[in-house]
Amino acid sequence: MDREEKDRLENAAKEIRKYTLDTIGFLGVGHVGGSLSIADLLAVLYFKELKVDPANPRMPERDRFVLSKGHAGPALYSALALRGFFPTSMLHTLNRGGTNLPSHCDRNKTPGVDMTTGSLGQGLSAACGIAYANRLDGRNSFTYVIVGDGESDEGQIWEAAMFAAHHGMDRLIAFTDCNKLQIDGPISSILSIDGKGNGHADAKSSANAQDDLVAKWRAFGWFCERVDGHDVEAIDNAIIAAKNRTLKRDTTANTIPRPTMIIVDTIKGKGAAFCEGQVGSHNMTFDYEVAKQAIAELDANSPLD
Amino acid sequence: MADKEMRAVYAETLIELAKEDPRIVVLEADLMKASGTMVFKEAFPERAIDVGVAEANMVSLAAGLAAEGKRPFAATFGCFASRRALDQFFVSCAYAKLPVKLVGTDPGISAAFNGGTHMPFEDLGIMRLIPGIDVVEPSDPVSLAGLLHSLADSERPGYLRLYRKTARPLYPQSETFSLGHGKLLRSGKDAVIVALGAIMVQEALDAAELLAQQHIDVAIIDALSLKPLDIDLIVKWARTTGVVVTAENHQLAGGLGSAVAELIAEGKCGGQALQFGRVGIQDQFGEVGTQEWLKEHFGLTAKHIAATVQSLVAKRN
Repeated sequence: MDREEKDRLENAAKEIRKYTLDTIGFLGVGHVGGSLSIADLLAVLYFKELKVDPANPRMPERDRFVLSKGHAGPALYSALALRGFFPTSMLHTLNRGGTNLPSHCDRNKTPGVDMTTGSLGQGLSAACGIAYANRLDGRNSFTYVIVGDGESDEGQIWEAAMFAAHHGMDRLIAFTDCNKLQIDGPISSILSIDGKGNGHADAKSSANAQDDLVAKWRAFGWFCERVDGHDVEAIDNAIIAAKNRTLKRDTTANTIPRPTMIIVDTIKGKGAAFCEGQVGSHNMTFDYEVAKQAIAELDANSPLD
Repeated sequence: MADKEMRAVYAETLIELAKEDPRIVVLEADLMKASGTMVFKEAFPERAIDVGVAEANMVSLAAGLAAEGKRPFAATFGCFASRRALDQFFVSCAYAKLPVKLVGTDPGISAAFNGGTHMPFEDLGIMRLIPGIDVVEPSDPVSLAGLLHSLADSERPGYLRLYRKTARPLYPQSETFSLGHGKLLRSGKDAVIVALGAIMVQEALDAAELLAQQHIDVAIIDALSLKPLDIDLIVKWARTTGVVVTAENHQLAGGLGSAVAELIAEGKCGGQALQFGRVGIQDQFGEVGTQEWLKEHFGLTAKHIAATVQSLVAKRN
């Protein structure tokens, strides 16, 4: 990735963060932590990899996107607005009565939203169904889906994991937003991925746990790698690699088509000092002034400078 | 038409539909043999998806297929369809307005030797609470085939309560069916029995014979559709006869009896002189036994229906 491209994507991520903070801050409460953690990933998807047309949100040949961790809707809405699916002025309607931008994603309300999500664990299964239907219909679309690390407590995630691998769904590219925090506390103390939690996690445990998450997805038959979820270049390289495994697969070689899981190593609340890395950032109440201050700080720390 | 296994009709009708309609796909959760859809898989290997023992995944997966324009028919035992995958059906399918057709087999006492863990006495009540869906229970092979066509055509999510065993045809092959409509199976002047499902409609017909010996002339409505309920048909015969008895292979709470009680309580069926009774499962869990034994045990026989009608007719007179 050249510097110009990287600047463009980093700037898109910054804009997604700013609009997310503005959207939630204007209302005064919302899922800010898990929205900010996926801003860089959404920037790569909506400003580089996803084949979508804002003027034709249901274009049959588009790539599909499912936000299985549906509570991060405000970040997705910011990305969609910035990409031109609807005016950014609509963002201030978040959660107001009659809005088309509810907390949790709704395919019937918001242009560009492919699946209704919010009850955790269901979006990955739906993404499998979407990918399966596209394969039946002979379309070359990729289906992208973001699940949460906390969401991965849900057994249904692992039902879908088995399904996608069994059916060789190589046009399914999934991400786990590994921000290491769930509502009630650090994942290492609530329900640890590596089985070594129970409140006694040592300093290395979160990194080890992510290694364990990679091992789990590989054990389920997926391609899996872990990248820095705040590095747009690293995220993009992983996506390109996943696509190439499908598009450039040597069908004469004895390789099995597999779905891809990219573990994005992130920080909950990334980019906003008032909530970064805090357990309480999951669904947080804060004043609009606090949001404005965080936005100003993002501008001051612009990667373009 | 001879008696026919309902599951064979289910599979044959879906094959017939699938030949014309590329949207039709079938999902199963390791009960393909039970549902009888192996023949569908032979005919359309790519369009029959057996997800293994993973009902939650099956139902959300069906929603994803429907989001891409497919018409998925996803089947499992009614206990799992309505309880284990309820939130998946509620959120991924119904709330998302995706036309997934969920099929709950082995309703009520027909679960027989599988017993209490597998015996859904509450699935209709659960499903009736979900906004914007169709809930149907066919009574015979002809109504099953007809309602499968209607469900396939409908843009709404739906729940089909499917008795898998052999049933006697009650309708001529040419009969047409539509969602939200019941059928008057026989007219009568003294009472109306509103029955739902293959077992109870047959018991209601037998009850009518028993009552005829007592010179009580009953009408029978095959309800077919619990949601939307055929209010006009039920109200008409309630007003005509003045005595209404519901009969269902389901808990009294939440199902057909409750739905008709709501109509009556709202005053739609006439004044206070109206007599009303319900035949169904009391506040109980299922248990093992033959279907015949369970029918007797839970008070679902023609005798029970006839006795209920008889006492209400006596009260009115």
